[in-house]
Amino acid sequence: MGDAVTAPLALRDVDRHFGPVQVLHGIGVDLRAGEVHALIGENGAGKSTTMKIMCGFLVPTGGEVLVDGRTRRFADQREAEAAGIVMIHQEFNLAEPLTVEENVFLGAELRRGPLLDKRTMRERTAELLDRLDCRVPPTARVRDLSNPDKQMVEIAKALRQEARVLVMDEPTAVLTTAEVDTLLEQVDRLRAAGTAILFTSHKLGEVKQVADRVTVLRDGRVVHRGPADMSEHAMANAMVGRDVSDLYPAKAAPRGEVALRVEELDVPDHAADVSFELRRGEVLGFAGLIGSGRTEAMEGLVGLRPHRGRIEVDGRSVTIRSPRDAMRVGMVYLTEDRKGRGLLLDKGMRENLTLQSLPDFSGLTVDTAAEERALDDAIARFDVRAPMRDVKVGNLSGGNQQKLLLAKTMLADPEIVIIDEPTRGIDIGTKQQIYKLIRELADEGKAVIVVSSEMQEVIGLATRVLVMREGRIVGALEGDQIDEERINGLQMGLGRAAA
Amino acid sequence: MTGAAATAPQRRDRSHSLLDLHVLGPILALAALILLGTGISATNESTFLSASNISNVLSRSAFIGIIAVGMTFVITAGGLDLSVGSMAAFIAGLVILTMNSLAGTVESVPMLVLVGMGAALSAGLAAGAINGFLVTNMRIEAFIVTLGTMGIYRSLVTWLADGGTLSLDFTLRTAIRPIYFGGFGWLTWPIIVFAFVAVLGELVMRRTAFGRYCAAIGSNEQVARYSSVNVNRVRMATYVLLGLLVGVATILYVPRLGSASPTTGVLWELEAIAAVIIGGTVLKGGFGRVWGTVIGVLILSLIGNILNLTDAVSPYLNGAIQGVIIILAVVLQREKKAGT
Repeated sequence: MGDAVTAPLALRDVDRHFGPVQVLHGIGVDLRAGEVHALIGENGAGKSTTMKIMCGFLVPTGGEVLVDGRTRRFADQREAEAAGIVMIHQEFNLAEPLTVEENVFLGAELRRGPLLDKRTMRERTAELLDRLDCRVPPTARVRDLSNPDKQMVEIAKALRQEARVLVMDEPTAVLTTAEVDTLLEQVDRLRAAGTAILFTSHKLGEVKQVADRVTVLRDGRVVHRGPADMSEHAMANAMVGRDVSDLYPAKAAPRGEVALRVEELDVPDHAADVSFELRRGEVLGFAGLIGSGRTEAMEGLVGLRPHRGRIEVDGRSVTIRSPRDAMRVGMVYLTEDRKGRGLLLDKGMRENLTLQSLPDFSGLTVDTAAEERALDDAIARFDVRAPMRDVKVGNLSGGNQQKLLLAKTMLADPEIVIIDEPTRGIDIGTKQQIYKLIRELADEGKAVIVVSSEMQEVIGLATRVLVMREGRIVGALEGDQIDEERINGLQMGLGRAAA
Repeated sequence: MTGAAATAPQRRDRSHSLLDLHVLGPILALAALILLGTGISATNESTFLSASNISNVLSRSAFIGIIAVGMTFVITAGGLDLSVGSMAAFIAGLVILTMNSLAGTVESVPMLVLVGMGAALSAGLAAGAINGFLVTNMRIEAFIVTLGTMGIYRSLVTWLADGGTLSLDFTLRTAIRPIYFGGFGWLTWPIIVFAFVAVLGELVMRRTAFGRYCAAIGSNEQVARYSSVNVNRVRMATYVLLGLLVGVATILYVPRLGSASPTTGVLWELEAIAAVIIGGTVLKGGFGRVWGTVIGVLILSLIGNILNLTDAVSPYLNGAIQGVIIILAVVLQREKKAGT
């Protein structure tokens, strides 16, 4: 700080209260032109609030926002955008049914007389996408686009607004490794063009790769700031405030008999000829790019999608037409989409916890006392931290939601647990806890499948890894074979490992 | 994320306070109406608080009330049923035709009445099952399905009555009058049945797995599906339950006039839906309370009753005042939502 260069955007001693609760304490951040500034911290550390203040969604209750060195007070996000400060949201802020060009110019449509000047808008959109090296046609519908392409459309929209400051809220959370690389290239390009960029991510490798400087938040305070030459380990420690050296628990060799045998599972349009065995005590990883059919194959397996194929549980052939059938044979699936499919955000923890196993809690009526006891147990075992016991689940942090979802699934007392994206969008401290819980499940003799786009996670957790590509299993890796290079090669279609 | 977690504490203070307007609103409105009615009847010496007036108001609310209890479950589970008014008219016509045609062959009047009741209940069950089947298995929007069946039942009863009125055989009509007018003094059968249905409905909504599932499905159908809830079966059950309760309401309604016509039950569906909403159930589903619905029904019928007691406001404005109340109720609901 304090150097001669005037930052396009800076926060000075910013405080923010929500009612009596102070969530930010004297935050100071400088975003300089042509620099990528990483803001990292655990869930609840104050990253989102800080970004919202930068972009005019919230006003600070103390301190000031400086634009080009002058104090500004944005009444709303439009004013911030007018000043060239644009936020790219974690959950895309695009109108899905509209086309790319309609989205890029949404709210700022060009006109010729009373009519829309579609041709110019199309040309300008194509130009912007070109600059981003993105090959999406301007006339494509956004809902048909892949996640990285949607991200590019968001960025194109920001470029159209001539953003000088780009605030990116976990832009890589929903991207696969290859897609992340494409995105980071674009970030490089924008930096070279002189844009000031704020970047947040839970993936510290990316932070290290892309950022020039790092600010670490913990409990609403800046606990570290400096150049991004610190190690990932040092970043993680600064975020958590303690040493997190062993993120993944030690693996144990599976010892049990085969709990699940799947033969030639077909999920029409998504997966074909999926065959595998799963042993008790095993953590089986499913790797692959988004869209490779992993999730759909698992959803087919537990009866959420129509499927064909043979399924054996404990050596007995079973028919599974619904999640209820799957639960009956002791198999549960934990969805990757905890907000849309996992939890009822407008209900409390108790209702959510017991929803899947409600028959166990009810005769003629629901035994709420037993439910409360189950919630006590779940809070203790899964370390769910809620500000109040009757809090609505939507108000919990992502990590605590995930732990509650895990608790809900385990309440059904399954023998086979399929966990899809166990740690998407949650902080490193909670990740460590969840990895430990997964390990414990396996040690208890349960059979576990982990589906993940985070390669490190698959490598760190699984004793065996199946890689899917275009709906088929293209390889199996075991023990020392499990490494980033091999998985990457398989999921990109660069070769086959012995199955 | 951060914002949501941090703002959570202050929000809870409001939404869980016993003084929450969202909980107390309907009760306060009902209390205000009762005070208003008492005040008016004191000035013009009418009979608002007399046992006969109260009995009369409650008996007449019973039809809508019983239907509205069923409607609470349908709406809580994210559905809607516009067909209940026409369904009631059609079932009434069917019951009358059945009883009339059997009057010659079956001597015993109690037997005939039982057959009529059975016909009403099974017709309601079947009609509800048809709505439910089209919504769940055929995956058609509830609004469209029940808009369709609403037209079908209305047209069928008009056709059965040949555009006129279907009247119950005179001796039968006298025999079944007590089902509506009888009971224990002012505590008439419709009031007893309404109270029974309401209490049972509240228990089911609040204390059983079925009630919990309805709220879960209305809140987020996908979450319910991924949580091994048999979404289609629960949805189907809400429509069947509603159909059955329409049958029950019809059993109480037919003895009142002993006839059915193309104008029977007109706008009942809207009154029932209005009562549900006034009571605090969320129209798009996810949260429902039967006691609120009961209060909603009472509010709607008291407005009409009070207007009849006074000359200050024309009874023709009944609908307008009900309309204002419905809109107010939804505004209150939205304020609650904003704090969620």
